[in-house]
Amino acid sequence: MEKLMEVIQNPWPWYVSGPLLGMTVPLLLLSSNKKFGVSSVFRHVGCALNWKKIEYFNYDLKNHIWNLLFIVGLIFSAVFLLQWVEVKQGVLSDAAQLYFNSRSILIEGILPISRFTWTFGKEILMISFGGLCIGFGSRYANGCTSGHAITGLSLLSLGSLIAVIGFFIGGVLGTFLILDSIL
Amino acid sequence: MKWIKFVIAGFYFGFILIKSEAISWYRIVEMFHFQSFHMFGIIGSAVGVGAISVLVIKKLNQSVFKTQPIDLTKKPFQLKAHLLGGLIFGLGWSLVGACPGPLFVHLGAGNTIILIPVLFVILGTYFYGRFKDSLPH
Repeated sequence: MEKLMEVIQNPWPWYVSGPLLGMTVPLLLLSSNKKFGVSSVFRHVGCALNWKKIEYFNYDLKNHIWNLLFIVGLIFSAVFLLQWVEVKQGVLSDAAQLYFNSRSILIEGILPISRFTWTFGKEILMISFGGLCIGFGSRYANGCTSGHAITGLSLLSLGSLIAVIGFFIGGVLGTFLILDSIL
Repeated sequence: MKWIKFVIAGFYFGFILIKSEAISWYRIVEMFHFQSFHMFGIIGSAVGVGAISVLVIKKLNQSVFKTQPIDLTKKPFQLKAHLLGGLIFGLGWSLVGACPGPLFVHLGAGNTIILIPVLFVILGTYFYGRFKDSLPH
């Protein structure tokens, strides 16, 4: 039992967690003939909010309930592991630690909450603009990291490969041109 | 009862995502600076296992699931939309330090500040739906 708690408490190396993450694809395909992706749930929010004047949000939500339930499970896993069990995070690379130290960012849990506070500032502007890009971009590209990088690449989809290349070019540009000068 | 499996699948996905640390803001910043192999290892091995299992399912479709094959159709190919949308999404991913899955994990973890980017994700989704027809796809 103690051993089990230890396994749940400590982070898992990428060569264990990565393959297990990939198993989500066959899990959903075999159990329910569904291909998983997270970002489409935001479209369903628009549908639920009755933005029916826009054709894009005008469809029967009933066919997508499974997607919403998947998110419920996802949120519950976070409540369980991060609020009840309070799992530990692994050690970042030396280069990353040096980077965060140089910007006096405390390494605490999964988000530097002392930096991202409910006070108006450039950090809030950055994550607001970032959120806008995530919403717009994931719908424009027709998928996000889960739908394109994990599911799409597993299906050997060329379109998903192009999208993922776009993700990384956009991400590197955002990091070096914007994030670095704001943090 | 047929719905419970989706909650379980979401729980499984979230559980592994958290154990992999892919939900950590620090890991995303580290990844985009190419300061560690960690995230690339996760994505690469996840795709490897996903691709092998799709190959196996393809074989099973020809034999075991002949009458009710598993749907393995890809998303429609749209060069401009995938590239431009991908670039914009990637920009957002780096600025928030989280993609959609981890955003929900942050909410579950009680990081209420993440409600701000989540509201903007919904707004961005609205903008796409609103201006979709005037965008190159």
